[in-house]
Amino acid sequence: MKEWPLWEVFIRSQHGLAHKHVGSLHAPDAEMAINNARDVYTRRSEGLSIWVVPASEVTASSPADKEALFEPANNKIYRHPTFFPVPEEVKHM
Amino acid sequence: MLLDDKSIYLMRLGDNALVLAQRLSEWCGKGPAFEEDMALTNTALDLIGQARMWLSYAGEVEGRGRDEDALAFRRDSHEFTNLLLVEQPNGDYANTVVRQFFFDVWHQLVLDALTRSADDRIADIASKAIKEVAYHLRRSIDLFVRLGDGSAESRRRMQAAVDELWMYTGEMFKADETEELLGAQGLACDPSTLKDAWLAMVHEVFAEATLELPAGEWMQKGGKQGRHGEHLGLLLAEMQFLQRAYPGATW
Repeated sequence: MKEWPLWEVFIRSQHGLAHKHVGSLHAPDAEMAINNARDVYTRRSEGLSIWVVPASEVTASSPADKEALFEPANNKIYRHPTFFPVPEEVKHM
Repeated sequence: MLLDDKSIYLMRLGDNALVLAQRLSEWCGKGPAFEEDMALTNTALDLIGQARMWLSYAGEVEGRGRDEDALAFRRDSHEFTNLLLVEQPNGDYANTVVRQFFFDVWHQLVLDALTRSADDRIADIASKAIKEVAYHLRRSIDLFVRLGDGSAESRRRMQAAVDELWMYTGEMFKADETEELLGAQGLACDPSTLKDAWLAMVHEVFAEATLELPAGEWMQKGGKQGRHGEHLGLLLAEMQFLQRAYPGATW
């Protein structure tokens, strides 16, 4: 089992609109990864859809770049969409 | 008598699920990988749920005041009516996978037929169970193919498991008087009608798994009639110990 690659698992539940990252697991290939994800991550709640992605395919931003990437946006409040109420119907925007 | 035959038939379905669930539970915490451990114990839980439904109904039909717990924990091995296949020891993982595969193909076919039973409750239980079993079968096939068409060692172990368990597959299709009577009434399914479909699927999966189908014709039987090997006694001793040592215990 040491040769099984790592997969990141994303699940969209009955009431959700977007796949959420729920964790990771090892599996020999994509089919088995879906099966394993179903067994490990949908035990207590209904899932509607499972995505599995090889962990090696995920590109992540580096924590050291946090300031350069995200700080500037924080200071520019005129860009933040917080000055008007969002109607009920589009709550999940 | 029809009611006796009916309760026996229901008990067979319940016992298959119960004994196989017990076997799968023996892997709990000892699986070859965490993910496999979860998968096997999930399957076991599904089967226990099914066993509860079948045995509860069996107890009611039998009319001797035995509920699901009495049937599960206070019958001796000669009263158990499960197929011999499901009581076979786990062995190595290949053995467990092969046993599960042979059973799952049959299980799905039986449950599918039972969804059309003239008895509403049987049809209802079968409809619930078949959703779980559809997944069990899918997982079994996936594993069977990957281990069969895998490394030299995994294929060797799979072929050995196939050769050893083959003689227990015939019992799944050998109808006895009980099954013939209930089949005629439209309550249950005559298992001999399932053999061709079972073989067709097994052939297909074996081909993909690059494994050889055994040619042996001689088949073990007797489990459905309560004639078991030495394995069941040991399994029940472990499963029933708590209830027999502390009858009626709750926590």
